[in-house]
Amino acid sequence: MTDATLNTSGAPRKGSLHVQDARTTRRNRSEARFKGYGIAAILVGLFFLAVLAVSIVRSGAPAFTRTVVDVDFTMTAAQVEAAESELFKTKAYQTVFIDALKSQLDESGLEVEVDNAAIERLLGKIGGDLRTFYANNPDQVGETVSFQLPASSRVDGYLNGRITRDSLENSRFLMATDLDLVDALQEAGIIKGAINWTFITGTDAGVDNPGGAGLGASVVGSFFMMLVVLFLSLPIGVAASIYLEEFAPQNRFTDLIEVNISNLAAVPSIVFGILGLAVFIQFMHMPQSAPLVGGLVLTLMTLPTIIISTRASLKSVPPSIRDAALGVGASKMQAVFHHVLPMAMPGILTGTIIGLAQALGETAPLLLIGMVGFVARGYPDGIMAGFTEANSAMPAQIYTWAARADASFYEKAWGGIIILLAFLLTMNIIAIILRRRFERRW
Amino acid sequence: MYDAPTPENRVTDQTIKFSARKVQVYYGDTHAIKDVDVDIADNTVTAFIGPSGCGKSTFLRCLNRMNDTIDVCRVEGDILLDGEDIYDKKVDPVQLRAKVGMVFQKPNPFPKSIYDNIAYGPRIHGLANSRADLDEIVEKALRRGAIWDEVKDRLDAPGTGLSGGQQQRLCIARAVATEPEVLLMDEPCSALDPIATAQVEELIDELRQNYSVVIVTHSMQQAARVSQKTAFFHLGSLVEFDDTEQIFTNPKDERTESYITGRIG
Repeated sequence: MTDATLNTSGAPRKGSLHVQDARTTRRNRSEARFKGYGIAAILVGLFFLAVLAVSIVRSGAPAFTRTVVDVDFTMTAAQVEAAESELFKTKAYQTVFIDALKSQLDESGLEVEVDNAAIERLLGKIGGDLRTFYANNPDQVGETVSFQLPASSRVDGYLNGRITRDSLENSRFLMATDLDLVDALQEAGIIKGAINWTFITGTDAGVDNPGGAGLGASVVGSFFMMLVVLFLSLPIGVAASIYLEEFAPQNRFTDLIEVNISNLAAVPSIVFGILGLAVFIQFMHMPQSAPLVGGLVLTLMTLPTIIISTRASLKSVPPSIRDAALGVGASKMQAVFHHVLPMAMPGILTGTIIGLAQALGETAPLLLIGMVGFVARGYPDGIMAGFTEANSAMPAQIYTWAARADASFYEKAWGGIIILLAFLLTMNIIAIILRRRFERRW
Repeated sequence: MYDAPTPENRVTDQTIKFSARKVQVYYGDTHAIKDVDVDIADNTVTAFIGPSGCGKSTFLRCLNRMNDTIDVCRVEGDILLDGEDIYDKKVDPVQLRAKVGMVFQKPNPFPKSIYDNIAYGPRIHGLANSRADLDEIVEKALRRGAIWDEVKDRLDAPGTGLSGGQQQRLCIARAVATEPEVLLMDEPCSALDPIATAQVEELIDELRQNYSVVIVTHSMQQAARVSQKTAFFHLGSLVEFDDTEQIFTNPKDERTESYITGRIG
């Protein structure tokens, strides 16, 4: 094994440093083995992380795009007038539009059958939208307007391979023959992909309208909830930790409190949910499904995390700093607030942000207090309403979408997860930046 | 038990600053300091020597009530500063510590600028009325700490960036900035090299002009060099307290003799 044994000077002497003894060899081997395990563990972790990231992006990315039908369309004043005099006014608008679509297809030299019913299946009842548009923008009459009409989510599904002709056999929402029309529109460049802003800014839509569903209202709900959590749990948590760590006497009672805080950190979140339901809603009659209540429940959940991390960072401040402050005649409170707290700040901030991130991703307690996804049907009007009006939160919205039957909602759920993860990542990056900025050496 | 001779506390012409009688300190059930009687004179350097764990640091920390921060620590007996009991209920330890400054074993500057390190004490005690006042106090303290020349161009630099010896002199300067009457030093040179030690010792000798200095040290040479009075502690009792010269040349107690000749400790 070792070349030292082939030394020119003959057999090595006993106890030579050039020969590893059996014990050292064994020790080195076990160290190498241990390093191997470590690297293997990291590789396994990275592999799963990669799988997770790829599957989330692959499943979620389609939620951010949608298919639109892009038609250049002119409606003259005479056409508007004629349509307004009809009994079914929106129907008349629709006919005009379909004629325009047909002629655009003809120009491209494509021969397909276009009928009103097929268009309705692809684009929904567009007559109403057109009529609203011209009623609101009378100056656009007679001008060429480029309309981008969102196609139904099933057209999305067809274009990204989720729906095939075979799977449409029994569907009343989209016929197999409609797909010929879609193919033709695609060939003519009329149908194309666009960023789905509705998904980012919109509110939840009904179970039959996955295309119109968006996460915006839930993001606002989560935001107001996080405000409540931050402004309650940070001061309460930090004050409690400072008292327990710096001022409280060591006795049975404080030991009991300490044990209970540790236990609270381990309580399942759904327990806090049912507590919130019983205390905040049923007993205190706070509004149901309100981000305020959600924030209160999540505060209860976040407090132990913040207290534990704050105490840990207070503990890590060297006692010599306290001595130094007391030695020059600072009171205990001055020592804590002038010296200990600033040094513990990075740890406190990191703990708080991690606690908030945890709260942001919490679903179970929100479902119990009624912040389910379908509640998020509109944006709150005003700041106060943001706290008290029924709303949902991101993870609850995602849960609601994932539970819906339509496969397009499943896609939305994945898309929602991407947005949620983006928020969490941002928060963690802020935590790291804050820690770097405030960190001091001593 | 030994039949310890009563220490002869000869305080001649100087006024007595601290006067301790029958001081007992307990850590929980441990009796850490037993029946210590000592008089600490003004404008004098008093050294506490003794083997590790003999209670000299504990006793030092009683003098400015730093032991209050330890929950299980209990102090009995009388410690008078200028005739007033410092353990009286009416005494606020914060006021006491402004009068009795302390320098610790390990240099512990605040993680702030050199200027703020010195200015902190005067600021919280309201010693300065203006920025100019404060500047003056800081300069005076740094000069007294014998560190002014080294740091005057970088007062905004962090105090933690100085060398060990400079940090300790900074801490001494910080302690004198609040104009204390007594300066307690708990092994101030244990973390310093011989050159820095010499500087600090020189400094202690200068500080004697204005303050009463009490120093705990493990180095008998240091005690002999800087102090006028020496107290020898052993197993929580004050064995002998006398003029330094007397202790080192003609100790009365055989334990003292054994310790200073290196047989116990």
